[in-house]
Amino acid sequence: MALYRDQGIVLRTYKLGETDRIVHLLTQGRGKVRAVAKGVRRPGSRFGGRLEPFSHVDLQFYEGRNLDIVNQAELITPFATVRSDWALSACGSTMVEGADRVAQEDERSNRLFLLLLDGLRTLAAAPQFPAVVLDAYLLRLVSLAGYHPYFDACSSCGAPGAHGVFSIAAGGALCRRCAPPGASVLDPASRALLMALLGADWAVLGATAVEPRTRRAAGALVHSFLTYHLGKPLRAWDLVPR
Amino acid sequence: MYEGPVQDLIEELGRLPGVGPKSAQRLAFHLLAVDRADAERLARAIVQLKERVRFCARCFNVSEHEECRVCRDPRRDPSVLCVVEEPRDVQAIEKTGEFRGRYHVLGGAISPIDGVGPDQLHIRQLVARLGEEDIGEVVLATNPNIEGEATASYLGRLLKAMDVRVSRIASGLPVGGDLEYADEVTLGRAFSGRREL
Ligand SMILES: [Zn+2]
Ligand SMILES: [Zn+2]
Repeated sequence: MALYRDQGIVLRTYKLGETDRIVHLLTQGRGKVRAVAKGVRRPGSRFGGRLEPFSHVDLQFYEGRNLDIVNQAELITPFATVRSDWALSACGSTMVEGADRVAQEDERSNRLFLLLLDGLRTLAAAPQFPAVVLDAYLLRLVSLAGYHPYFDACSSCGAPGAHGVFSIAAGGALCRRCAPPGASVLDPASRALLMALLGADWAVLGATAVEPRTRRAAGALVHSFLTYHLGKPLRAWDLVPR
Repeated sequence: MYEGPVQDLIEELGRLPGVGPKSAQRLAFHLLAVDRADAERLARAIVQLKERVRFCARCFNVSEHEECRVCRDPRRDPSVLCVVEEPRDVQAIEKTGEFRGRYHVLGGAISPIDGVGPDQLHIRQLVARLGEEDIGEVVLATNPNIEGEATASYLGRLLKAMDVRVSRIASGLPVGGDLEYADEVTLGRAFSGRREL
């Protein structure tokens, strides 16, 4: 059996049989990998707590016919803080669910891997507004999946400017001439926040002081945008405290 | 594909946790081969389980009466409540003989990724018990995995506003094991949960 090595982030796990787990990982080199961790649920297993969701690990796998098998796992960063706090854990769960949705098997995406790593690192620092960090991650995730939203030019005719209408279907802001009747209005505060979600430094995001109303509206818009373009809402999203 | 009753049984067994299609097939053919009396005893045990066993009206542990054995026992300390995920966790803690209080079974754990939130668990009933009963301490004994940690953290926040002491069971090294073989996560937890001697 062929052996290979890669680093990855644990997205989620499923119980298998009496003591095993199937682990979904986002690896740096091979995209999504589904592998079996044998005996991981037994106390004193050689994997211990290393393969819990959010863990960043260095792994060695056996290539299997159907699923690969985890042979070794060394911890790089446990991100244990994200698991131990309810709000952070709900945000982290939504992040990994989004990555699980977008990632493909045998399709390398270093940018997706680094996006998830940045998102989890920022959460692990216990920011003041973890949901804002999550919204930034989700908007960048949809952009990475091929649906980059534009806020500084009309998404239809390209006319530059701070346009006041947002269309989820058109994929961004629209000028007055291109806006269909009944399109949702984008107020300047929400527009500024959405632009920050897409482009601002991670360290700044979780401490950005914005009206709670604007924060919630931008979060809802990001999730509608994601749902429209990725086909299905994320289950964990509803449980994020806002 | 088999036909009729054999296939029906394979499908039913295959829906049980931890039973794959191959095991389901093996079990079905085993049952086909055993004595009729043995098969009937198994069938009766399943029916009796559904008829006689219900959930304790107070703590949601499994029970044959309105209230379970622990809740009815006057020797148990009513001021300490241990919160667990499942009835089988009650059995595990009972076996230690270390705990003399009562229980509250949540019926699962919060798992955002599976869409399981606080509303799907017996958390509202827990809060109601804290209002009605004379409870001074709540011990959170959810599993030390991602769902159990999220649940403990959620409950910790929720109960902070109430006049009750909240503690979390310690997690650490397996007894009889060697320190050098412990993984970093477990060893780290053992350190943060250390106590004075
Ligand atoms: Zn236009
Ligand atoms: Zn009871």
